[in-house]
Amino acid sequence: MTAEALEDLRILAHRIRVRTLGMIYRAKSSHLGSAFSMAELLAVLYTSILRVDPDHPDWPERDRFILSKGHACAALYVVLAERGFFPREWLDEFYQDGGRLAGHATHTGVPGVEFSTGSLGHGLPVSCGMALAAKQDGNSYRVFTLLSDGECDEGSNWEAVLFAPHHKLDNLTVIIDYNKIQSLGTVKEVLDLEPFAEKWRAFGWSVSEIDGHNLEEIRKALTDLPKKPGKPTCVIAHTVKGKGVSFMEEKLLWHYRCPNREEMVDALMELGVGE
Amino acid sequence: MRDAFFDALVELAEHDDRVHLVVGDLGFGVTKTFAQRFPRRFLNAGVAEQNMTGVAAGLALSGKTVFTYSIANFPVLRCFEQIRNDVCYHGANVKVVAVGGGFAYGSLGASHHATEDLALMRTLPGMTVVAPGDPAEAQGATRAMAAHQGPCYLRLGRAGEPKVHSQPIQFQLGKAILARMGNDLTLISTGGLLETAVQASDRLSSKGIRCRVLSMHTLKPLDEEAIRAAARETGAVFTLEEHSVIGGLGSAVAEVLAESLEKPPLFRRMGLPSSFSCKVGTQEYLRAQHGLSVEAVVETIGAALDPNRAYPVGVESNLSI
Repeated sequence: MTAEALEDLRILAHRIRVRTLGMIYRAKSSHLGSAFSMAELLAVLYTSILRVDPDHPDWPERDRFILSKGHACAALYVVLAERGFFPREWLDEFYQDGGRLAGHATHTGVPGVEFSTGSLGHGLPVSCGMALAAKQDGNSYRVFTLLSDGECDEGSNWEAVLFAPHHKLDNLTVIIDYNKIQSLGTVKEVLDLEPFAEKWRAFGWSVSEIDGHNLEEIRKALTDLPKKPGKPTCVIAHTVKGKGVSFMEEKLLWHYRCPNREEMVDALMELGVGE
Repeated sequence: MRDAFFDALVELAEHDDRVHLVVGDLGFGVTKTFAQRFPRRFLNAGVAEQNMTGVAAGLALSGKTVFTYSIANFPVLRCFEQIRNDVCYHGANVKVVAVGGGFAYGSLGASHHATEDLALMRTLPGMTVVAPGDPAEAQGATRAMAAHQGPCYLRLGRAGEPKVHSQPIQFQLGKAILARMGNDLTLISTGGLLETAVQASDRLSSKGIRCRVLSMHTLKPLDEEAIRAAARETGAVFTLEEHSVIGGLGSAVAEVLAESLEKPPLFRRMGLPSSFSCKVGTQEYLRAQHGLSVEAVVETIGAALDPNRAYPVGVESNLSI
């Protein structure tokens, strides 16, 4: 990747954080930590990986991307607006009465949102169906699904984890935002997923583990897919909840908390944006 | 009904390569023809109904017409949220098919009694809900559902039910079928109790009571006009279903009648109480135990029509738990 391309990605990830912060502050909503931990993943996906066309969001050959962790949708809306799927002004409508953008990923009336989520454990089974259809029809589009770590408690995901390798869905890639914190505690405390990569490998997936904030690593892990023909791909992205704002990082509180004005200003300062 | 469904499905798949069948590791023997003739469009998703339904939604959103199939509550209750969010919310062209409606798997115990499915499916936005009354209706329903773009639920009975309609039927979603003419009262049935309804009507007829029978195979959209006409023309409306009296046919008809501006008819629901049957037995036995035999239906109707007789009859006292 050229230095220039890398810088563009950095700018986009930064913009995702700044805009998401503003949206959540204005909406008095939550899930900042979950949105920040996947900023780099979304930036790379929507810049270098996904074959999508903002002018033709329903283009049949588009790659499918499902944000299964629908609670972090503010960041998805930002990246879609940045890519031109809809006007940036729509972001101001997040959570608002009569607005277009709901607090969990919603496809109705929002170009670029492939599938509505919000209840966890739905994205991967649906992705399997889409990947299977592509195989059957000889279509070249690929399917990407971004899961949270806490979401991997859901049994429906493990049904799909069994299903995808059995049907050799090597056009399917799962990315897990492994930020180690879920709703009421750390993943280790609530329901430990470890040995996580080994579980996916044992189920028959091609697994890699990356630093989910390292743009080069993300790009490499998601380029030249499938890494192992015949196998679906699982990229476990080790991330930091609340990444980018020191007082939010690795803090359970910021799964829920909406910043007050002072915290908002401090966060913007840290992100290098003046008041 | 089951065989009529599969025959119709195979016939549809012959002419439409979008038709897929996804099963939850059930249907031994009966899925064989489809699987052999259309191996690429047959999928056994394993004992994993949530994933089965999600996969079906993914296939449907990629242009397929997908039938999911399993028994009793498994393709319905086990994956209710997948049906709601993945299928209905996205308007995915998925047809959920459950074999074993009501007490069809009676002897297998309460886990296999599908007695709340219609109520649940009826609440879902965009869902068409169908419970055919005999094999001919099951065949018509399968074809109509395939032609209908959008989510559907098909509640089948079992295999080997008799043909109830003596004449060829015109099956249309949302349009009740007149199975017996009559103007003294109306008996509306849904699902496999149609045979019971018709036999009850014939017995009443021998007593000089002319009982109209409507096969309300589609619970949603409901044929409201047929219900209002029945109330207006016969003055007494009874519903009959192998399902909880909460939320199914009886509730649906009651909603229409309660909001009607016309004079309310005499109205009674026959169905199952909101309880689990701890009795063991065949479908026929369990129906009789719950006041759904021909004799009990005739008795209930007779008692309701005759104000000098005690009501309700027997139904509640036969209940378990």
